[in-house]
Amino acid sequence: MRVGLVCPYTWEVPGGVREHVSGLAEALLDMGHEVSVIAPADDDAILPPYVVPAGRAVPVPYNGSIARLSFGFLSASRVRRWLKDGDFDVLHVHEPAAPSLSLLACWVADGPIVATLHAAMPRSRALHAAQPILASALEKISGRIAVAEAARNTLVEHLGGDAVLIPNGVHVSRYEKAEPLPGFPGTGGTLGFLGRMDEPRKGLDILLAAFTMMADERPGLRLLIAGRGDTGEVLDQVPAPLRDRVVLLGQVSDADRIRMLHSVDVFCAPNTGGESFGYVLVEAMASGAPIVASDLEAFRQVLRGGEAGELFETGNAATLAEAAGRLLDDPGRRATLAAAASIAVREFDWSVVARDVVRVYQAVAPAAGRVAVAL
Amino acid sequence: MTALISVIVIVVIAMVGVYISWRAGRLDRLHARLEAARFALDAALLRRSSTALELASSGLLDPATSVLLAGAAHDARSAEPARELAESDLTRALRAVFSQPDFRALLAGREGAEELLSELESASHQVFLARKFYNDAVAATQVARQRWLVRIFRLAGRAPFPEFFEIDDSLVPADEAAGRGADLPHLTG
Repeated sequence: MRVGLVCPYTWEVPGGVREHVSGLAEALLDMGHEVSVIAPADDDAILPPYVVPAGRAVPVPYNGSIARLSFGFLSASRVRRWLKDGDFDVLHVHEPAAPSLSLLACWVADGPIVATLHAAMPRSRALHAAQPILASALEKISGRIAVAEAARNTLVEHLGGDAVLIPNGVHVSRYEKAEPLPGFPGTGGTLGFLGRMDEPRKGLDILLAAFTMMADERPGLRLLIAGRGDTGEVLDQVPAPLRDRVVLLGQVSDADRIRMLHSVDVFCAPNTGGESFGYVLVEAMASGAPIVASDLEAFRQVLRGGEAGELFETGNAATLAEAAGRLLDDPGRRATLAAAASIAVREFDWSVVARDVVRVYQAVAPAAGRVAVAL
Repeated sequence: MTALISVIVIVVIAMVGVYISWRAGRLDRLHARLEAARFALDAALLRRSSTALELASSGLLDPATSVLLAGAAHDARSAEPARELAESDLTRALRAVFSQPDFRALLAGREGAEELLSELESASHQVFLARKFYNDAVAATQVARQRWLVRIFRLAGRAPFPEFFEIDDSLVPADEAAGRGADLPHLTG
């Protein structure tokens, strides 16, 4: 099939939706489909061959933070041209309620349109204000996909209609083998954390508290942290004598991200909420890292109710310390969890996920003809 | 002799009393001016967000721009505790929308476009002015309330200590505005 994918957020900054779109595009290409992606990006940006730039994204306040989006008539005409050139069998937009290219694509296109919803939108009142504007563009979508239950609820509550649930994918084989970082995991035990350090919902402060509780009894224990944020603020939360046992990698490349996951004895996901889908969990599972995660509904589902990773009470540092300590002392249990995780993670491999997505394309495309330019 | 002293004391007390009540009257006027300025500022902000919402739902813009504006305008109207932040966000959204290349040219000739754009431009200018005058009144009141006489005799009564209203209300980015040497906002250059 000829598939046109629309990414609303700039291609030049890494992010969940953009990772998803590139993963899906590559999986579809592997399956032999023809794929073109349009995304906000500078015209002279270095992009994969399947990505068409829609022009520089503009930073604007959206949904409580600053997002880089493409909007306006000129962006719409770039989308129109891309649609004409692409002559697609199906148009697949991502996050169609975001004020960017996906919404514009729904506006200017006619024919089989599939949409994937990623984020849960807590700021529903603003969405409500925009509802009449969204309605006419969104009612053209003939197949809706949600990556997680929370995203589906947003749709049902605020935009109307329902969606099929297809999770986010990972390229499992890329995670399976990697050289640990030099000196890791070491003999005294290493805990790992991956994610924004300054985003409270990622729960790093809970892990730091748990680490402080465990550190006295375990003189060799270290904490390995990869992610963006202020390193000083993080170290301030740990007593001074323990600070040289907290290793901060900062923001790391994709390759080092995988190496980092292979460098830990126990991977911790202390998130306190807002996570529509546990992408870091799936990455850790694919890497074979034993996992301790907060018992959020989304995490519970990904970890099969605790079979593929230990769950602790969300927000409770003491139970995290206890669960992580138990795992550090029990290599057998760690191996069992890692083995269960590597089986459970297969359902999130892009080869499986993309096949489900293609089924949605097939359900939608024949009845609706080809994608045409409406406006 | 004592009679003379008594008279002097009474006169002094009377003069002090008159002076204090005159100062209290001044402070009262300042508070009245502050209240009026606050009222004008609220009205200007409301007018700006309503006009932005009107433009968003007018069908003149593409849906992405409309959603962006509608969200920002709605947040500005409903975000009471974090109002300054939400109003600044609305300014930034307006700035992003109006600084699209050929924005005015693309809308030219469409019915109602010119009226709405100039209404929004004038509403934004009104916010800029109203905020300047409000902060001016805040500064004057703050100075007056820090005087020892006002503090000792509690001339301000229970009126809350006024705070500045700090938002980004310039419709040209800060660096460009400096280059132009003007502090008035313009939607389009």
